[in-house]
Amino acid sequence: MVRKVAVVGVGQTVHGKRREVSFPELVHEAVKRALDDANLTIEEIEAVVSGSMPAPMEGVNAPHLYWGDDAAGAVLKPNMRVATCGTTGMSVAQSGYYHVASGMFDVVLAVGAEKQYEGEAQGTMNTVGDAHFSRPFVPGAPGVFAQQSNEYLHRYDVPEEKIRLAAAEVSVRNHLDAFDNPYAHIKIKIKVDDVLNSRIICYPIRLLDVCPQSDGACAIIYASEERARKITDTPAWVKGVAYCGNEYWSSDNDSVENPGTIEVARRAYKMAGITNPLKQLDVAEVYNPFTFQEMMHYECFGFCKPGEAYKLVEEGIVSRSGELPCDPSGGVLSTNPIGATAMVRVVEAALQVTGKAGAHQIPDAETAFSNGLGGANHLISVMILSRTP
Amino acid sequence: MAEEGIKSVKYGAIQLPYRWSIGEAGLKFFQGMKNKKIMGSKCPKCGKVLVPGRKFCSTCFVDIPDWVQVSDKGTIESWTLVTYPYINQPANPPYIIARIKLDGADSSFHHYIGEVDISDLENVKKQVKVGAKVQAVWRDKTVGDIMDIQYFKLI
Repeated sequence: MVRKVAVVGVGQTVHGKRREVSFPELVHEAVKRALDDANLTIEEIEAVVSGSMPAPMEGVNAPHLYWGDDAAGAVLKPNMRVATCGTTGMSVAQSGYYHVASGMFDVVLAVGAEKQYEGEAQGTMNTVGDAHFSRPFVPGAPGVFAQQSNEYLHRYDVPEEKIRLAAAEVSVRNHLDAFDNPYAHIKIKIKVDDVLNSRIICYPIRLLDVCPQSDGACAIIYASEERARKITDTPAWVKGVAYCGNEYWSSDNDSVENPGTIEVARRAYKMAGITNPLKQLDVAEVYNPFTFQEMMHYECFGFCKPGEAYKLVEEGIVSRSGELPCDPSGGVLSTNPIGATAMVRVVEAALQVTGKAGAHQIPDAETAFSNGLGGANHLISVMILSRTP
Repeated sequence: MAEEGIKSVKYGAIQLPYRWSIGEAGLKFFQGMKNKKIMGSKCPKCGKVLVPGRKFCSTCFVDIPDWVQVSDKGTIESWTLVTYPYINQPANPPYIIARIKLDGADSSFHHYIGEVDISDLENVKKQVKVGAKVQAVWRDKTVGDIMDIQYFKLI
């Protein structure tokens, strides 16, 4: 029987260009903040799960050895490394949850981190596919997601300009919301025209449709129900957890109405008892490395019908004052320390349902959605948190 | 901050050689490429023709013994014009990458689109469309590699 599990402490570093700290020092910063938040000592942590992007990203090729035990406080404890590309932070977060839900451990620390300024992110990502068939055609993450976005632009009987305009508004909103998040990286006031006139990176993706590269780390402490109630008065309860893989060959499934992305939400909703996400969710931290992905996610997650994401943007439904605010933290579009990024979504969900999100708090948020995405729709994950168990 | 005379960042690089097995299905596929034939494998359960051919079907999880030749003509499912440079990029931008479904195949793969004036995006958009028909342009000398096809051209 799966036990009830709560998030009892969270910690983030300030994300951005963090040249002044080494990778272990960066990780330690997030872990210390999570311990302080939960008012726990490292001795009370029974097991650790940690992860980051493929190791060539930073060029110290066993990060688990470099910072996993010392900086994350796992000496003489179980420490499992999980690395699943863009969804790493969520894989680590879910593995931490499994550790407690299974009954094996009562208090567990999950840590995700990245130092993108130390390496060549796109150069590394070009090597995540096989060398025989795929690698000569992998033009970095933007090139991969651009093809998905282009397919989306031409899928429905909606003028390309309408979707393009909505995607630009998504960029404006995320970069503006980042001002109210003390941990966010890129905070800029831009207009729709700035996005539409920014230079093409990979058509249809323009510079302001793209997330930044950031240094940053993130940590979550989970506890069993009994321990959670002793540790904090404001636990964030894990209500829905789901994870789906998709075929390696991206053409084997529909990249727009993506089967894994649709299924992962369906399973998480079922576990959390959600039948109408738009009504029942109070806030969503959608994984949005590119503007068009945020919109495709709305559709796959059932926030609206296929092809209608632009309406949610146009009508302000996903704005902070709307019915389902999306990425009030500024999202991935403003902040992207990849190995931590998907975990930041969970942390933001926890902050929202415990009323601790500060200037970007959504009033009375009780139930929050978070998700991660790795590869080109290859690994997709969702966690739903709530104020009540 | 670093003290005077000490750098706060150390520069370096890692260069490693690899020997990647091409695999049983890969050998069959690239043997076909050397002969200017594009080979797919037909799943005995779902009947889908997967290109490049594979040893097993990921959906049905059964081995695929049957191979079939597919056309070197097909349809663009999606595409992008890459205009930004970075380290280890497979080509010098600008260039066009597309996902192409060949006639007779039920899956698609990526390749370059050539013979298009890519100096102007609007011009590219007029020519390269989702749904456009394309044909492989083979190199004179083939060696059994995915780049035995130089690129696909619009037809």
